[in-house]
Amino acid sequence: MSVEVKNGLDIKKTIRELIKQHGTERAELIPIMQKINAAFGYISSEAIEELAILMNLPTNQIFTVATFYRMLSTEPRGKHVIQFCESAPCHVAGGRQVWLALQEALGIKSGQTSQDNKWTLLTTSCLGACGIGPVLVIDQDIYGNVQPQQVKNILSRYE
Amino acid sequence: MKAVRSMVLVSSDAESIALGANEVFSAFQQKIQDYGLSDEISISFISDIGHNSAAPLVIIYPEAVIYGPVKPDDVLDIVEEHLDKGHIVERKLVPAHELSEHLAWLSSRKGTLPAENRIVLKNVGLIDPENIEDYIALDGYQALGTVLGKTPAETIGIIKDSGLRGRGGAGFPTGLKWSFVAKTHIDKKYVVCNADESEPGTFKDRLVLEGDPHAIIEAMAIAAYAVGADEGYVYIRGEYGLAIERMKVAIKQAREYGLLGKNIFSSKFSFDLHVHAGAGAYICGEETALIESIEGKRGEPRSRPPYPTTFGLWGKPTLVNNVETLANIPAIIRNGADWYRSIGTPSSPGTKVYTILGNVNVTGLIEVPMGITLREVITIYAKGMKGGTFKMAQTGGSSGSIIPANLQDTPMDFDSFKTASVSLGSGALLICNQEICVVDLAKVLLNFFRFESCGKCNPCRIGCQKSFEILSNIAEGIGTLQDLEDLQMMADQLYELSNCGLGQTAGSPLKDILTYFHAEVESHIRLKVCPADTCPMSGKTIYQVGQEVKITREQGA
Ligand SMILES: Cc1cc2nc3c(=O)[nH]c(=O)nc-3n(C[C@H](O)[C@H](O)[C@H](O)COP(=O)(O)O)c2cc1C
Ligand code: FES
Repeated sequence: MSVEVKNGLDIKKTIRELIKQHGTERAELIPIMQKINAAFGYISSEAIEELAILMNLPTNQIFTVATFYRMLSTEPRGKHVIQFCESAPCHVAGGRQVWLALQEALGIKSGQTSQDNKWTLLTTSCLGACGIGPVLVIDQDIYGNVQPQQVKNILSRYE
Repeated sequence: MKAVRSMVLVSSDAESIALGANEVFSAFQQKIQDYGLSDEISISFISDIGHNSAAPLVIIYPEAVIYGPVKPDDVLDIVEEHLDKGHIVERKLVPAHELSEHLAWLSSRKGTLPAENRIVLKNVGLIDPENIEDYIALDGYQALGTVLGKTPAETIGIIKDSGLRGRGGAGFPTGLKWSFVAKTHIDKKYVVCNADESEPGTFKDRLVLEGDPHAIIEAMAIAAYAVGADEGYVYIRGEYGLAIERMKVAIKQAREYGLLGKNIFSSKFSFDLHVHAGAGAYICGEETALIESIEGKRGEPRSRPPYPTTFGLWGKPTLVNNVETLANIPAIIRNGADWYRSIGTPSSPGTKVYTILGNVNVTGLIEVPMGITLREVITIYAKGMKGGTFKMAQTGGSSGSIIPANLQDTPMDFDSFKTASVSLGSGALLICNQEICVVDLAKVLLNFFRFESCGKCNPCRIGCQKSFEILSNIAEGIGTLQDLEDLQMMADQLYELSNCGLGQTAGSPLKDILTYFHAEVESHIRLKVCPADTCPMSGKTIYQVGQEVKITREQGA
């Protein structure tokens, strides 16, 4: 298996670097995985195996933690990740119409990645921006008070 | 936008009606119109009014003045003097001794508007959160200095006397919790600030963290001194990037100023603080799940007892407090317990931060004394309903209670709400107009719980999923009357059998909906009609077999 490289980063090297910074205490597992996720977009099985060796933990322990948290992914995602809030306050503010418009514009459903790997569409629980619902987040950008007819325009800002 | 200046409420219990409440109501409508005030003044009936011997009563907001008994002949004076000129009509006021319960409390406000009163949010928006000097200039870290001159027991005494109750949802007395941790004779103890704030509709803690991080550091240091801890964690939900950054900056500055670290203010007290960023899971707000998560594990709640106060982080006694709870601490130490008790209601002193959301003209955040009513919040702060009349509100986030129109006048504090079987929870107020369908709302809520259930215990994992499926069927028009019983049973079992608060409360909004809006749910089943015209009702293939009506489920529905 070839070594995973993204943006010039080598996964094994990155993990060794992270372990140097954080140490191998169990409490550091989640902070380390957050950094891996941020750098590579997801936590590959290769990353999990490397962590298991260096942190002296069984791979399944690492895997169950990685799959538990919403912000960690064990699968590759598209270039841009869209998170749509489907909690009640955004719903009451008219979220469903926006959600339908979003699915239509992208041609994919919740949890899917588009064929060209450009988009991954996810639903999420409240993002703490309810004062401006309906809310959607693309990568790090938060959009509030979104109207269904604005969806296309918002998407067009991303390459 | 129609902003109402005053609100007239006429009591409409059986006694008031018998004594002419309807006529009084009509007289008000007429006179308000005559004076050309219709756009500025709203008038409605109020039912949940408690006992009184002066019916019919008329309550006028925002002054919270109570007149009674009011006859149609008195209406002209009240409209002319009070509503038009702004003078209270003294001779028609109800003598205080004739009022009881909630009304007595209302009248004891002596005609003052429950104005915004900022303790928790005092500095937010006024100081530069990344500059410790700003915080210090406004008496910051003074309370920590004061406390270090007292004994830990004296400090806990002040918090106990203040009557402060936890703002994380359960309303547990804070001083008592501190004393539990202080009592344990173990060298290593921790304090943890619960800043996971994932309750839908809640973002008050974020504003404190982003706007006044040093208040939390100071409060945690005070708490640590009081309970005998020397290390603390601030657990901030991962999505709150700015809050995490600001807290890290604040901790660094506090260390540089010697306000964190060894021998603070040259005393024997040492304390240091770490930030832990969550990784996205609602359940991690539950204190034992939060602890598991700091330890680097899945955020699954532990069985309790033992409680974190004796067996918490790495098995050590641990104090867990919410951000808003902590933000009250420095002010209480600076101003004293009596001052704090003078705000709010006797059983729930202090203020509460509410987030106002949904179908109202102004959404956002307010901090007001405990005991304000929902109607006051909607009329005064939210500037009225948008797109329709009030149908219901959900208080306290997804697991909170559904409040129908007739409970709008219950004072919002821990005990009044408990009496009315309502939960105050996190302080989120989701206000819904007539266009919101209760089945659809219940579906959205259960969808949240089925995703956020950690899956450790079966009643919660299966109960949430199953309830969601039944609700989806009802929304599709293929529900049966048996479904109603099943939903009720599911809600009961979620409450009785679940391991932690998530499952235990997941069914509570559902129960409320079945209680207050039974007819609307039934109409989805019996008539295949969604009164709010929201639900898809796509599977309503009905075959008539004699008198019997059989409903078949569409393939793949
Ligand atoms: C499912 C669930 C989620 C919770 N989420 C939060 C939360 O986001 N923030 C919080 O402070 N407390 C939350 N709590 C309550 C905590 O378990 C705990 O009671 C609280 O942090 C104690 O602080 P307090 O005494 O200051 O209120 C949650 C409880 C449950 C059962
Ligand atoms: S409910 Fe959507 S951001 Fe809070």
